[in-house]
Amino acid sequence: MPLLSIRRRQVPVSLRTKHNQFRLQERCIEIVLFLCAALSIATTLSIIFVLITEAVYTIGPAKAFFEEVNPMDFFFGTRWAPNFKPQSFGVLPLFTGTFLVAGIAALVGLPIGILTAVYLSEYASPRLRGVIKPFLEILAGIPTVIYGYFALEFITPLFLKPIFSGLMGFDVDGYNALSAGIVVGIMIIPMVSSLSEDALRAVPRSLREAGYALGSTKYEVCVKIVLPAAFSGIVAAVLLAISRAIGETMAVTIAAGQSPNLTLSPFHSVQTMTAYIVNVSLGDTPAGSIEYKSLYAVGLTLFCITLLMNVLSQAVMRRFREVYN
Amino acid sequence: MSGPEQPTSTPKLRASGKKDSWFFAFICWLATWSSVVVLIVLLGAVTYQAVGWLDWQFLTSFDSRRPEKAGILSGILGTLWLIGLTSLFSVPIGIGAAIYLEEYAPDTFLTRIIRTNLANLAGVPSIVYGILGLTAFVRMFGLFGQEGYLSRALGVSIEGFFWSDHYNGYLIPLPFGRVVMAGAMTLTLLILPVIIIASQEALRAVPPSIRHASLALGATRWQTIWFQVLPASIPGIMTGVILSISRAIGETAPLVMLGAMTFVYFAPGDVDSLGYLAEHPEGLVKAPFDTFTAIPIQIFNWVRQAKAEFKNVAAAGIVVLLFILLLLNAVAVYLRYRSSRHLHW
Repeated sequence: MPLLSIRRRQVPVSLRTKHNQFRLQERCIEIVLFLCAALSIATTLSIIFVLITEAVYTIGPAKAFFEEVNPMDFFFGTRWAPNFKPQSFGVLPLFTGTFLVAGIAALVGLPIGILTAVYLSEYASPRLRGVIKPFLEILAGIPTVIYGYFALEFITPLFLKPIFSGLMGFDVDGYNALSAGIVVGIMIIPMVSSLSEDALRAVPRSLREAGYALGSTKYEVCVKIVLPAAFSGIVAAVLLAISRAIGETMAVTIAAGQSPNLTLSPFHSVQTMTAYIVNVSLGDTPAGSIEYKSLYAVGLTLFCITLLMNVLSQAVMRRFREVYN
Repeated sequence: MSGPEQPTSTPKLRASGKKDSWFFAFICWLATWSSVVVLIVLLGAVTYQAVGWLDWQFLTSFDSRRPEKAGILSGILGTLWLIGLTSLFSVPIGIGAAIYLEEYAPDTFLTRIIRTNLANLAGVPSIVYGILGLTAFVRMFGLFGQEGYLSRALGVSIEGFFWSDHYNGYLIPLPFGRVVMAGAMTLTLLILPVIIIASQEALRAVPPSIRHASLALGATRWQTIWFQVLPASIPGIMTGVILSISRAIGETAPLVMLGAMTFVYFAPGDVDSLGYLAEHPEGLVKAPFDTFTAIPIQIFNWVRQAKAEFKNVAAAGIVVLLFILLLLNAVAVYLRYRSSRHLHW
């Protein structure tokens, strides 16, 4: 112990004293570490507190969003116009925008992600996996603002406009849900493939060998044995990916635009919930105004949807673990 | 497989099964390589757009309304401050929490809640963290300032600490406002779950026999962790930390929420050189409490500009950001490679 002085060293320290010192030190360390871990609980609680106090119920004279706007009008209204008179806060256009983009993303990202997982876990040699995995990791690490730029500057003008506008005669906006959906789909590929691959790899080898022993081809083993066995793991991955697509912000804000249209056309500009939140914070909205509080109401809705999907995904995942471990 | 199976021994069926097999493998192969192709196209297209715009002038000048004079220096400095502070907060807290959960936590109701909660937090959209940061750090729940609840309830308004004549303002204002510190704290909360989960995995990979040996020799619990478990798991932890930090570098949405100013012509706290810091050492305190911008914010700002040339400026910014991220990724890959070679239990 370098902290002990020379004088102290001459006096023999009783083992009991030393033991007590250690015990105190250990106890303090444990408490500090516990506080670190408890910070995550505090974060969750403060997220809920912040969203609820501005959106649902405020103590004091200030009014929360749902005390000024009827929740029925909010959830079932079809017109979202916070900046026009008369103001209207019907969240359905934002819902359709969000689910349109997430739906396109799912159509693009889920099949590619799952097939990639099958290829990596069932077909690829270890060397090929070593080549492909880093690419997927880079794809996962690219900031979403870059995907937004890619959608706006490349996918829309170079792919969507020539194909859908030039060849098929659709009217394609500069900002559209399709380009946003495509890049969000690309964005979720690494997540789907790595989680699904884990699920596929957890399927015991004996199941595959049993399939081969019965005379199945590789395709039959993959599709009829391994995929069904890993089904719940893949479902969990799919749920997480869709939740991520719903919460995705920057790419959607840049590529899908800022017009809250109640439309299901992928060629027109839509506004998602996340894009609306960004839009409010970009403008100079004073704290306490109804537009400012609408941000919390939309945020709370978004939080609840993604939380629900995450919890669902975990529940499915737990069931899946019980089967093979 | 339950129920009566059809007899599948007819040669015709077998043949078609073989054909499907080939086709399915091809589809899987196609899907796998398509993402590699997309990545290469993305990188190539952005680099192509940036050619001619990414030069020394771009790296060393502040932002401008004129595309040919715009630079990314304020973004780079802002990102450096932001990420420096974020790592300072998130790494010790994250590793500490992981150690608690792996080495100490008894299996109680509370710790089980913490574990479940971590997985949920990791899935919360970053924009929601932005809302949290805006309310808790930028506005501080409206407690401070002349219009704040405290001032109305007590009659005293607290507006900050440490008055500085040089900056003609408080070094630490209350509420924080749209400053680096608010951004760093928000990003800390955002990446903590990821760091904790990655560190937990690294700690779990250390075999229990090491712990038992250390404890058997009379080491205390903390001595075991500090001298045996942590050194053994540092490569794994560092890989997770670097990946989380690189996620924080590219994170845009929460910073936009916090109102990181999009048009900034200065370095945080005006600290643009060590010479300035030597003259005004209080700049070191001021900088974290100054308004700022960051590289991804600047990219977002340039993308939104109407002038076509700003698209090229944005591409140049993207190349800078990607370069930093790829560098960090390479370090993480190298660390993982080294640790997998050197440690054989």
